[in-house]
Amino acid sequence: MADCNETLRELETFLDGELTDDARAGIHAHLGGCTDCLQAFDFHAELRIVISTKCQNDPMPADLMAKIERCFGADLDGDGQVG
Amino acid sequence: MADRSEFAQEAMQYAPQLYSAALRMTRSRSDAEDLVQETYLRAYRGYEGFTEGTNLRAWLFRILTNTFINTYRAKQRRVQESELDDVEDLYLYKRISGVDVASRSAEDTLFELFPDDEVKAALESLPESFRLPVLLADVEGFAYKEIAEMLDIPIGTVMSRLHRGRKAMHKALIDFATDRGLLERAPETEPSATDG
Repeated sequence: MADCNETLRELETFLDGELTDDARAGIHAHLGGCTDCLQAFDFHAELRIVISTKCQNDPMPADLMAKIERCFGADLDGDGQVG
Repeated sequence: MADRSEFAQEAMQYAPQLYSAALRMTRSRSDAEDLVQETYLRAYRGYEGFTEGTNLRAWLFRILTNTFINTYRAKQRRVQESELDDVEDLYLYKRISGVDVASRSAEDTLFELFPDDEVKAALESLPESFRLPVLLADVEGFAYKEIAEMLDIPIGTVMSRLHRGRKAMHKALIDFATDRGLLERAPETEPSATDG
């Protein structure tokens, strides 16, 4: 089982879903018995959700879809005209 | 794909995601619009190069990223990597842990503490070589391997840029919250990693 230092060092790779199965299992085993590390992992998982959500909510300019349709030269929204 | 218009139809659903990502890359609404249009134009022309059954979203983001790097990067001021703020690991977590989170979830607290504009500004403040990996991993959810291919850099470089870029972004978030008086100033002033 990984200790606290090893566990925290792998925090990013763990949350990125990029650890090997063995390494992942080692982290899981540690988190099962260490509330400090578990809290840090939970916090960062939630921080990622916040960052991801807030960086993806830009409203598209109203005419952008029509401009893209013109790139395709196709009526994609089915309104009978291109663009 | 059966034909070009079917491909176009399929690809359109990703336009809002591509537009948001383009905004983070270019930091300009008009450039972001142009970048998304250019991306679709290139995708439409090159759709024979897309293998049906593979990840269309990743393919489009790859075109977006390449188009940005080749077209827009030259226009933007190149920021040296040495200008990146460096702080200790888990910096944001340690700074936030003083805030009362006992009664609520961390997610609610963070949602409130960091407004949309400041999260976007924190990401956009990163030099491009760090901004793109953080955007592609933390916002768009791509794997190291996919990001390495999109940016044409080794996986180890993706990982180190993510590590440094995330820390600098977290530092920017804390600075914003501190400036608004939501967090106490750090007890001891650390020497700044930037030249001002």
